[in-house]
Amino acid sequence: MTAISAKPRQHAPMKPGRVIGRTILYLVLILLTVFTLIPFFWMLSASLKLDREVFSFPMRWIPETFHWENYSLIWTKVPMLTYFKNTAIIAIAVTFIQTLTSSFAAYAFAKLNFRGRNFLFLAYIGTIAVPWQAYMLPQFVLMRSMGLYDRLLAMIVLQSFSAFGVFLMRQFYQGIPTDLCEAARIDGLSEYGIWLRIMLPLSKAAIATLVIFTFIGTWNDYMGPMIYLTRDVNKTIQVGLRRFIQENSSDYHLIMAASVTSLVPVTIVFLALQRYFIEGIATSGLKG
Amino acid sequence: MTQVSADRRKFRMGRLERKNTLIAYTFLAPNFIGFAVFTLIPVVLSIVMSFTEWKGGDLTSMQWVGLNNYAEIFKTAKVGTEMANKGFFAGLSYFFNKVDLGISLKNTIFYTVVTVPLTLVCSIALAMVLNHAVKGAVAFRAVFFFPYVASMVAICVCWNFMLMKNGPVNQILMAFGSKFNKSWTADSTMAMWAIILVSVWRSMGYYMVIYLAALQGVPRELYEAATVDGANKWQQFTHVTLPQLRPTTFFASIMLIIGCFKIYDTVAIMTNGGPGRATKMLVLYIYNEAFVNFNYGLASAIAMVLLVLVLLVTIVQFSMEDKYANS
Repeated sequence: MTAISAKPRQHAPMKPGRVIGRTILYLVLILLTVFTLIPFFWMLSASLKLDREVFSFPMRWIPETFHWENYSLIWTKVPMLTYFKNTAIIAIAVTFIQTLTSSFAAYAFAKLNFRGRNFLFLAYIGTIAVPWQAYMLPQFVLMRSMGLYDRLLAMIVLQSFSAFGVFLMRQFYQGIPTDLCEAARIDGLSEYGIWLRIMLPLSKAAIATLVIFTFIGTWNDYMGPMIYLTRDVNKTIQVGLRRFIQENSSDYHLIMAASVTSLVPVTIVFLALQRYFIEGIATSGLKG
Repeated sequence: MTQVSADRRKFRMGRLERKNTLIAYTFLAPNFIGFAVFTLIPVVLSIVMSFTEWKGGDLTSMQWVGLNNYAEIFKTAKVGTEMANKGFFAGLSYFFNKVDLGISLKNTIFYTVVTVPLTLVCSIALAMVLNHAVKGAVAFRAVFFFPYVASMVAICVCWNFMLMKNGPVNQILMAFGSKFNKSWTADSTMAMWAIILVSVWRSMGYYMVIYLAALQGVPRELYEAATVDGANKWQQFTHVTLPQLRPTTFFASIMLIIGCFKIYDTVAIMTNGGPGRATKMLVLYIYNEAFVNFNYGLASAIAMVLLVLVLLVTIVQFSMEDKYANS
């Protein structure tokens, strides 16, 4: 595995030519950073302005006075708390079920011999290549006939059993020596015991990657909730924010305040776990 | 004696195998049942539904119509007469400029063809900069990656505002002499570029991470040898770095192309396909036929077009993987 470290390499003392080179390097870096962060900065700035100030000419990057009341106003205009609660329920449930069941199934695919293994695995792999948008409609029809339309449960079962999770975990389990399992079998551990006491503890890194991928993916999902959740009490933060935008389309400052608020949880999760997230992508190269 | 023990062993193996298979199935069942019901069956159904006409009422109202849906989305009759009367290219031009499917295909492919190389260039540039000895590289890495985890609705609406009349982007461009001061998403040419801009901005950090990992794998001796041969930094980049990164670039291109084919969120939030049909994309077309117009059969047929496109790219990937991954 290619461990990724962004640690600086050792360099010899600088020559004049190098100083210029490094100045250019830092200039490029600063420019790219500004390009990357400017929307977030502008969002924050606009969220603290009055609506007529947002598109003032010439523009002000820092608001004249900080209108923090925008942030309390949005909670009265739109049931943000309900949206947050719904999103959290879905994200946590999906992450839990997904991680548990896919690590369970991955163990069978990676370490057990049984009839039909290759065929079943092919079924999983085959559907990874099929875009969700190609079968979302029959899935919707099926779910509706099960009475799952406009229910949080729909979003949970929809995303909990992805082939991606099984694939990711299986790749990782295959890297764990089979001898370990054999030794445990001889010591009298059952297959469930091996999974619980050997595979799970050894796959912490893979589980961390899967958990973060699933959590952020579910939190940010837009199209799924858009199709399934219609009543306001069931909406997630993404579709709720969208509703707010459509109904208050000229309250730019409030829309930006709501947007900033919607980004807070995902930012916290990312900052806390970004190392696992980034290294997970670097090692697996897989998409969430 | 040997015969008996061999038989017994065979018998016991059979029982053991049965037991193992049973255990394996208990491991698989929780995931597989969900997977089969919510993914496998719908995948098969989507093919079937593309040959039916159904408005979404009860199942009895579903009608088998053969290839009608495909004839309808490709407008074969009209495109055919156009071709017969005005020639082959006139027919093609009619398809890509007047027919919904043709327009969606044209837009999706244009968007893909521009977005993929732009994203690759930006992410290689980011990775090259961060691969140098810069202070706080870990922090910068997180900064560039952040747009990828930020929610689309917040991002898109923010960019929408930033690209409006008198918005910061237009004001900055005007300071450099630009005359354009309209909302990008309301302008039929700029709307597409707004979507491309957001897409590149959002995913360059993700591919930067992949490139950073790949750069760590380039043997240092190659650079040393190139320096001895008198290659300057740029020559080193084009003759050592880029060829060494080729497998990564191949992999990233495939993922990007498939991602671009599936674009929905950005378009739905920023332009909803407009103005007119200027940014109408394949998935938006599927969504509208399915969940706005309730033409389930038609939507399924369009979905099959998307499926075929994605599968074609996947086939290319598999057939070219050896060539690129090992060179």
